[in-house]
Parts: sequence; structure tokens; C-alpha cells
Amino acid sequence: MVHFSAEEKTAVTSLWGKVNVEEARGEALGRLLVVYHWTQRFFDNFGNLSSASAIMGNPKVKAHGKKVLTSFGDAIKNMDNLKGVFAKLSELHCDKLHVDPENFRLLGNVLVIILASHFGKEFTPGVQAAWQKLVAGVATALAHKYH
Amino acid sequence: MVLSAADRAAVRALWRKLGSNVGIYATEALERTFTAFPTTKTYFAHFDLSPGSAQVKAHGKKVADALTTAVAHMDDLPGALSALSDLHAHQLRVDPVNFKFLGHCLLVTLARHYPGDFGPAMHASLDKFLSHVISALASSYG
Repeated sequence: MVHFSAEEKTAVTSLWGKVNVEEARGEALGRLLVVYHWTQRFFDNFGNLSSASAIMGNPKVKAHGKKVLTSFGDAIKNMDNLKGVFAKLSELHCDKLHVDPENFRLLGNVLVIILASHFGKEFTPGVQAAWQKLVAGVATALAHKYH
Repeated sequence: MVLSAADRAAVRALWRKLGSNVGIYATEALERTFTAFPTTKTYFAHFDLSPGSAQVKAHGKKVADALTTAVAHMDDLPGALSALSDLHAHQLRVDPVNFKFLGHCLLVTLARHYPGDFGPAMHASLDKFLSHVISALASSYG
């Protein structure tokens, strides 16, 4: 189980407190679909994903992106129990959605890059390190129930 | 996965913008790699890795020069980087997984310094370019 120091928790929660989930909702998922185009395989019914601008403006991408970011928010409130937080979602992603857990790692890194572009100077190496630990923990937790 | 003309143009344009600061950003990327992915420090046990280290700065300059060479030879990355690949494979013996960590931290550094230029399309082109560089660097591993 991942253990976060008080400093790491602060680095994560203070930054997350400044994220406007509503505004950012499509960014992480959208960029995942643009940068790693093969991830589009899970979203055949999302309509127009034919270009970067189509993807970033796609309402289904934004709606689903909001679900994903909200889930991240829940994780941040429970950093000491990521496996518990993601148990049901892990089963879902394995049994129903059949998503390769590598995709969770890709999404986590995309999120880190977006945070860097939004927070600039504030996104120091130390802050990044705390976030890398979190996204790795989330990816592991989401993969935990795979069989 | 091929580097399209659009990808190459995007990378070249950004590199022109970075100008003489490539060394600074490569150094920051190295610092981020050591901080966020501590296992990478095992290859630098002989370095002073404290913030502002002159050794890390010098190494950042080396990385920057190699990337600039890569940008200038996007049509033949394996050729342009073959000597570096040999070095990493046979002398330094760095596990190739570490190239991905540095690549990621380079993207983080560029996103942090050039947020306005780092839209999804540029992000995709840069990611592709770095994947090709990493692949070329891993080509001598046999």
C-alpha cells in the first residue's frame, strides 16, 4: 500500500483545491485520446473523434472526463485507502470495460503534464513527485481487482 | 507510428523558440526525473545530485545537445543517435525504461514553461518525437 507523507498530501490537496473540475473536465481524457490515439478503442460510441479539435470539443469526452476527474477528487480525499476507493471501479474496468491497466498509467501522466502547464512555477519537482506517486497509486488501485 | 510532416514542423518550431535555453530545460527535466523517479538516481551515484548541482547542469547540456541533434535529423534518428545508443547499451548499461521517465519529465518541463504552446496537437507531436528518440536510443540493446 502506498504511504503518503504529510508533505506529499499537502502538495496534492493544495493544488487540487485550485483545479476547476468543471472547466478542466475534458482536458485529461481529451489529451489521452489525442496523444495516444489507440485509446480511442474504448470510446467507439462517442461520436466525432476525427481530429484534435473534434476530440477536445466532443461533449461526450467532456462528460466522461468529468466522471474521471471527480473520481480522482475522491481518491485525493482518501489517499490512505486508494485500493478501497477504486475497488468497484477496478472490477468494472476489468470485467465490463476490458481496459488494459497501462491506460491508467498513460492517463495519470497526461494529468501530471496538464497540471504542469496550468500551475507553472508552483509545479516544482517536489510537487510533481507527490503527484507521480498519487497517479501511480491510482493506476495500481484501479488494476488491483484484475484477474 | 511515423513522424508526419506536421509533427516535424511542430517540433522544429518549438525548438527554435527554446533557442539557447534547451540546456536549462534539459537540466530541469533531469532534476524532475531524479525527484519523481528516484530509481533513476542509481545511475548517478557518482554525481552530486543536490539542487543546482554543476554536474547535473553539465549533464543537462549533454542531453540538450543530443536532443538538438535529434531535431536536426528527424528523418534518420537511429543513424543520428547510434553512437549514443551504443554508449547507453554497452558502456553505461542503462535500462531503457529510464528513457521514458526522462522523456515524460521533458514534456512536464516544456508544459510548465510554455503552457500557451502546449496544446493537445503539440503535446502529441512532441510525445511522438520523444518516443522515436527513445526507440533510436534503445536500438543497440540487441
